[in-house]
Amino acid sequence: MSEANAPMLAADGRPLKKSLQRALRAQKLRALLLIAPLLLFILLSFLLPIGDMLFRSVENQIVPDTLPDTVKDLSEWDSESGNLPDEATFQALYFDLFLAAEAKQHSRLGSRLNYERPGISSLFRSTGRRLDDLGEQYQDVFAGFDPSWEDAGFWFRLMSAQGDDDAARDVLGAERNRVAKLTGIDTGGDIGFVPSATMAELLPRTTREYTAFAVYTVKDKNDVVAEEEPWESVYAALGLDLEAADPSAIAAYSGPGAEVLKAAALQAGQLPVIDYRQAMIDIDEGWGQESNWQTLKLYSGEYTNGYLLNAIDMQKTPEGPELKPEKQRIYIKLFLRTMALSLAITFLCFLLGYPIAFLLATLPLRTSNLIMILVLLPFWTSLLVRTASWKILLQQQGIINDLLVWAGIISNSGRLVMINNATGTIIAMTHILLPFMILPLYSVMKTIPPSYMRAARSLGATDWTAFWRVYFPQTVPGMGAGAILVFILSIGYYITPELVGGTSGIFISNRIAYHISTSLNWGLAAALATMLLVVVLALYWIYDKIVGIDNVKLG
Amino acid sequence: MCLAFAQDFGVVTACNRGKDMAAEPGEGAFVAFEHVQKSYDGETLVVKDLNLSIGKGEFLTMLGPSGSGKTTCLMMLAGFETATHGEIRLAGRPINNIPPHKRGIGMVFQNYALFPHMTVAENLAFPLEVRKMSRAERDAKVKRALDMVQMGAFGGRRPAQLSGGQQQRIALARALVFDPALVLMDEPLGALDKQLREHMQYEIKHLHESLGITVVYVTHDQSEALTMSDRVAVFNDGVIQQLADPPTLYERPDNSFVAQFIGENNKLHGRVTAIDNGRARVKLDDAAGEVNAMAVCCGAAGEQTMLSIRPERVIVGAGPEQNALAARVDELIYLGDHIRCRMNVAGRDDFIVKIPNSSAHAALRVGVETNVGWLTEDCRALDAA
Repeated sequence: MSEANAPMLAADGRPLKKSLQRALRAQKLRALLLIAPLLLFILLSFLLPIGDMLFRSVENQIVPDTLPDTVKDLSEWDSESGNLPDEATFQALYFDLFLAAEAKQHSRLGSRLNYERPGISSLFRSTGRRLDDLGEQYQDVFAGFDPSWEDAGFWFRLMSAQGDDDAARDVLGAERNRVAKLTGIDTGGDIGFVPSATMAELLPRTTREYTAFAVYTVKDKNDVVAEEEPWESVYAALGLDLEAADPSAIAAYSGPGAEVLKAAALQAGQLPVIDYRQAMIDIDEGWGQESNWQTLKLYSGEYTNGYLLNAIDMQKTPEGPELKPEKQRIYIKLFLRTMALSLAITFLCFLLGYPIAFLLATLPLRTSNLIMILVLLPFWTSLLVRTASWKILLQQQGIINDLLVWAGIISNSGRLVMINNATGTIIAMTHILLPFMILPLYSVMKTIPPSYMRAARSLGATDWTAFWRVYFPQTVPGMGAGAILVFILSIGYYITPELVGGTSGIFISNRIAYHISTSLNWGLAAALATMLLVVVLALYWIYDKIVGIDNVKLG
Repeated sequence: MCLAFAQDFGVVTACNRGKDMAAEPGEGAFVAFEHVQKSYDGETLVVKDLNLSIGKGEFLTMLGPSGSGKTTCLMMLAGFETATHGEIRLAGRPINNIPPHKRGIGMVFQNYALFPHMTVAENLAFPLEVRKMSRAERDAKVKRALDMVQMGAFGGRRPAQLSGGQQQRIALARALVFDPALVLMDEPLGALDKQLREHMQYEIKHLHESLGITVVYVTHDQSEALTMSDRVAVFNDGVIQQLADPPTLYERPDNSFVAQFIGENNKLHGRVTAIDNGRARVKLDDAAGEVNAMAVCCGAAGEQTMLSIRPERVIVGAGPEQNALAARVDELIYLGDHIRCRMNVAGRDDFIVKIPNSSAHAALRVGVETNVGWLTEDCRALDAA
């Protein structure tokens, strides 16, 4: 018994299975090498771009990257309380926006949020221009205390670490990270400045802002920290820090610039007391509007379902997703129209293509070759030329209308509108996609021997019964393949609807193209494309359930 | 044009006209072809002036090489091709203008033509369905037809799940299920292996006998034709060369084509010197001698002729009265029940003799010189083609 269960051995005593695997390995490897270029090509040119595109439909990192502290504070704000966020949030907004404005990233954020709340981009732009004023109020007072506060070298000495023990590496790392996320530049490497841990404890906000300033100055502008006067925001941070600082701690400080700092601390009472909330509202009254803050809070996450909701005519509200107002709903309608027109085109292709495919499959070779050339002729001419020729044929002053008027079928004033609407799209696209229906049908029909029809007729079936009961069912795989091909091609078609579709004949893909190239709302374009992909996959799944995908034959 | 052709072919068909054509289209014939011609391109005739009548209950085989027009004849009978000229009658009724589905003829195709998207039972029910038969009646008939071909358990299968022989039985059952009086078979066993083919030959023959149907069977396999048929029509070049029952066909071929197409045949060329009382005196080429033969299809004295002798009718070591000719053994092939002996006779080295495997001929060796001969009744003087 045990011998029967023992693994079979090859002639050299190794287990047979292993020997077989070894023998097949070379073959498998060679096969893999043969398809490797295609695999690589598909991966690089198809899967990666599509994955990236799909990712864009949920990606929202620009908001938390640009306003990291504001977003953190906002998470505790109850957007339906009826109150504006608290003072700390406004302070965070000031410092976040100041750095963003220095790096010229605030307008990008503005454009991003503008997709969700039209008009909000001007709020960010105008705020970015006027942020300096606030810090300058502090700057002037500090300069009055001691001219050293306007000296770049003094600031550098004050903030720099006194040896390794004093280095606040965590602050430096955090600020490197903040600038990197905001600007996308590499902030690693030596910047010639390490913040002091003593200072980070004594003046935390100032240390942070100065470090951010230092990182940005070195990494983006390639300047030397010790030679640059700090930004206005650093003065504002110093003002806030001195207001909040423990006087005894400052008195105990003995590092570089201790005298000047102590003097400033003693005179802190003379510093302007600034209400940041009011200051921001003064800069732009948009910051006083609760709805702007709601938008900011709704889109504060790293990922958002906002684009996808938008793609199905919904929007995010503090109460949760809801349908957009009636007038703003366009995408569902466009999806439905795209599907309806695609179905119509598929059906027309089938109606026109079936008899031709039948002829191709049954006529003698010489004749069928001629027809095949006629079928393939559209493939040999440019898509644009074909579409343009449909324009010439179908337009109101075009050949067909001229003929109809000439023949007296329609009056001159009653010329048919056949282009720049859904009719034009259907006609032109049916023409263009017809070969994709004919070829799979033909290849399937070609494999059906004529003896089936003969057998059916000899068994007593009329021509029609023989066709319907015997021939037609055998062409279903070809029909399935053709229909899937035409439908999927047409549902994503772009150029023809764009040229002949007018406004009532355009497809969802035209809208996607618009968002990619004109409105630059790639997130929404990606979301629409994602929805399109979902619809196609769903239809594919339904088709598989009803007809069975094994029943599709391309030849 | 048509006339010119007919005259032209008159020459070719000289040896088969008015002889064994016992079946001149008679009034009582079940199927009758009358002067049927068929051309596809308007330039050549594929079927030339076909006259043929088939009796009720007869098993008639159309035998011939490919391109001889036999399948075209079958297709004209089925209604898939129209006759260019002439009339085809079924049970006394002209059917030239009746579409195939109204002819009520069962047909078995070479590739079976079972509908792949239907089960076996659905395939069989199809002809009943189009005849608007009730469901109960349909089921009963389908069951009976399946049982008839011993395929009762396979009703639910698809054709693709059956072996070639099983598919053939189903095709047969389908052609018979609606009780047609006439069944056409177009090389139905061509795709089967030898053993199965022979088995199916008997089965079809037995079905034919038990059902009493009329069968027109097309094949290019002469042994199949001889095994199964009541009568065989040998086609060549669009013309029936001979129409006869198998023994006649084999033993008394009318012309050289039939003699060579059916069975094995030794041929010797020569010139007729005299014809006397149905017997011809023939002087062989190469001055090999003068022999006697039955004057079947040779011209008058002085014309070329071809002698036909079946290998098993050759007498080895014949005496002078047995048309003896000098022969040398070239090759011996042992086949168990008999020995095939290739000899050089009258300057030809393809003269075959079948010798029964008995001790009498043990002395035969390659290179041995002997005499071969035949009874005059066994040798037929045919056209020289």
